[in-house]
Amino acid sequence: MQAGTLSTFLKRGAIWGFIVLELIFFTVAGEFLSLSEKAFMDAGNMLLLFKQSAPIGIIAMGMTIVMINGNIDLSVGAIYALCAIVLLDSMTWPMFASLGDAVIPVAWLLALLTGVALGALNGLIVWKTGVDAFIVTLGSMLGYRGLVFMYNGEQPTSHLNWTLVDFAEAQFLGLHTATWFLLVVTAAIWFLMNKTVHGRNAYAIGDNREAAVNAGIRVGPHMMINFMIIGFLAALSAVVFYSESGSVNPNDGELYELWVITAVVLGGTKLTGGAGSIISTFGGVVAIQLLRKGLAHIGADTSTVNLVIGLILIAVLFLDRQLNVKGKEELKV
Amino acid sequence: MNSETPALRLEGIVKTFPGVRALDGVSFSVMPGEVHALMGENGAGKSTLMKVLGGIHQPNEGQIIVSEQPVVMSGPLEAKAKGIVFIHQELSLAEELSVAENIYLGELPRKRFGLVDWDRLAEMTNAILKKLKVGFDAKTRVGDLSIANQQMVEIARALTVDAKAVIFDEPTASLTDAEKVVLFDVIADLQKAGVGIIYISHRMEEIFKITDRISVLRDGQYRGTLITAETDEEEVTHLMIGRTLDLSRNASHHELGDVALAVRGLSCAPLFEDVSFEVRAGEVLGFYGLVGAGRTEIAETLFGLRDPSAGQILLNGEEMRIQSPTDAIARGISLVPEDRKGQGLILGMNCRDNMTLPQVDDLKAGPFVAEGSEVAIFDQYRDKLDIRTPGWKQLVGNLSGGNQQKIVIGKWLSMHPQVLIVDEPTRGIDVGSKSEIHNLIRDLAAQGYAVIVISSEMPEVLHVSDRIVAMYSGRIMRTFTSDEVTEDKLIQAISGMAGTGQVA
Repeated sequence: MQAGTLSTFLKRGAIWGFIVLELIFFTVAGEFLSLSEKAFMDAGNMLLLFKQSAPIGIIAMGMTIVMINGNIDLSVGAIYALCAIVLLDSMTWPMFASLGDAVIPVAWLLALLTGVALGALNGLIVWKTGVDAFIVTLGSMLGYRGLVFMYNGEQPTSHLNWTLVDFAEAQFLGLHTATWFLLVVTAAIWFLMNKTVHGRNAYAIGDNREAAVNAGIRVGPHMMINFMIIGFLAALSAVVFYSESGSVNPNDGELYELWVITAVVLGGTKLTGGAGSIISTFGGVVAIQLLRKGLAHIGADTSTVNLVIGLILIAVLFLDRQLNVKGKEELKV
Repeated sequence: MNSETPALRLEGIVKTFPGVRALDGVSFSVMPGEVHALMGENGAGKSTLMKVLGGIHQPNEGQIIVSEQPVVMSGPLEAKAKGIVFIHQELSLAEELSVAENIYLGELPRKRFGLVDWDRLAEMTNAILKKLKVGFDAKTRVGDLSIANQQMVEIARALTVDAKAVIFDEPTASLTDAEKVVLFDVIADLQKAGVGIIYISHRMEEIFKITDRISVLRDGQYRGTLITAETDEEEVTHLMIGRTLDLSRNASHHELGDVALAVRGLSCAPLFEDVSFEVRAGEVLGFYGLVGAGRTEIAETLFGLRDPSAGQILLNGEEMRIQSPTDAIARGISLVPEDRKGQGLILGMNCRDNMTLPQVDDLKAGPFVAEGSEVAIFDQYRDKLDIRTPGWKQLVGNLSGGNQQKIVIGKWLSMHPQVLIVDEPTRGIDVGSKSEIHNLIRDLAAQGYAVIVISSEMPEVLHVSDRIVAMYSGRIMRTFTSDEVTEDKLIQAISGMAGTGQVA
């Protein structure tokens, strides 16, 4: 047996074990506590769960690669809101009035480009200034949110296009449109991180930056590409969600960055970079959504949900630390 | 051997730093298929020379010649492209990635669309691993490998280029005996393939086993090359030390007190094992050995930073368990750490606050910090230790190394310790201040403190110590009194050579 196999297994498998535990707990507890007649594991309920996971889940895929790369992006919630405004508002612009429903792809494209541009700006600043990504994106989080409020003040921005709503509410092979987006993004990002040179270099940079530099890897461009990807995904998440809802409040997407990071960390990605798995992040996303739905199912309110998720997150990180302590060489603090 | 052209030749390399001539006309050459040892004391210029070879420093004068072509090294990549490969003592690997990815870091084979060509990567990696005869495969995660196998990964990297010369820097520092055998086999294979090898080590035993020639550096100067088969350990040692040092041995003239600290069979596997010694009040006990011999780890254990796996610590004849630095300080054991700036001082704080740091809580007047008493303490030790600073408000980061060290020493003296452990007392301190610190250490002993000095500089240990403990890979080889110790004996003891007599 190689050293570390057990702990590696625990770390990789833990999130799925946790999901199974949640399912069992809520199914059993639901029998006694739930007000609804339906079982927790009802198929419709589970399909809805995937759909509701999509907004956070799509961004979480981007956050995973940024964190594997050794960075973090706190501005995703603000990018999400700004792209939502671009999406809905652009459909009402007079210059697109003659397009009819053909305005939809145009609006999508504009929203996605906005996301890529905002992400590129983050990445460029991190690359060229060398300032820590935490600080840079903390700043852009505030800045981008400022733009959101400048756009329409405290007012919501609304536009309902029924063709779009039909598309967003459609189900294909039983899965909702949003779920398909989540699955496709997960597969694409998994492919990127495991099959392409860019993905593998991103791992190397996050793991041992000095070694990467010494091996001639250009660290800056890789980081910038990853920020552009997460910007794109934040925009995609907005596109998927607001195609259906049709109205964006200037506060929308607030705290999304924290939910996203929670899901990524639950999935086992290291905060220091170098390690993380796309599939486990998917597990983290599902686990959080299960917890929210399950607690609601047994009658807990939102504040309880937050408390429980917070406690679980700390417990998970503690467990992770215990598994990662390297023998007895660790100095006592 | 002389009929061939050297794989790598250095000609008159001079490298100066402000105030220091780190390398002073170093010339030597490595033939293809030769294992060439590079030896010298700590500070003799070996690491500077390696940095010049690797392009991290540019030489002020002299030339690097690879296969008869003068080259300018602009950095590690350039060196690699020229066929000069380093196996560093500190490994530079991405632990979460596979062996294959580490070997071809930055040079992953590509298919179209930027996809990694995993098949080719595995094929190329396995070919190299086969040559190295290692027991792991391309897909293994590097973090799951032993240190020795991680070193093999580094060596495998060297094989991906058409290496002319491979430089091993203390490669056996963290290897077991069995792992060493594997390493030596690999070196022999490289040798057969016509690669020139520079082998840096302090360990005589290994040097005599595997090298063809030995070049010696001392104080940045090239001191000559010996043919291994025609020389012996004594000749090499003399070449390394050279001058007969005129360092008065400072055996204490005052009466020694009782045993202040006694250590019996202390172990903290695998860092050090079965360590026993005692220090009397008024005595300076020196610890000498190579980096990694376990000296600092013993100090850290005495100071409560590590848990011993076995053994006893007796203070004034009473056994005690020291569980934390707080414990150690309360019982009168203080540690002046090796890394002054990183572990000993808070550079952005002023002199007074640094000095009174461990006792702010004891000094406070009600809930408030007692600034007056703190200034009084600072003044007292500034005078006592002759710390030169414009005033207590001066930030410690602005002081010279010598004065910084005095602040750390003052900090602990103001806690009235019995045992003062000083790890590398003069690292990074200029020559003038060095002797001041040495005198200070002697004075402290004369005042009745029990002092333990850990040092990698032989003249220093010889100069300040009443007795010297020689360590080699976690064990005490011998304890010398200042009458019987000679530089040769000391060097032999810390190189792990047989015949060093009884274990103290």
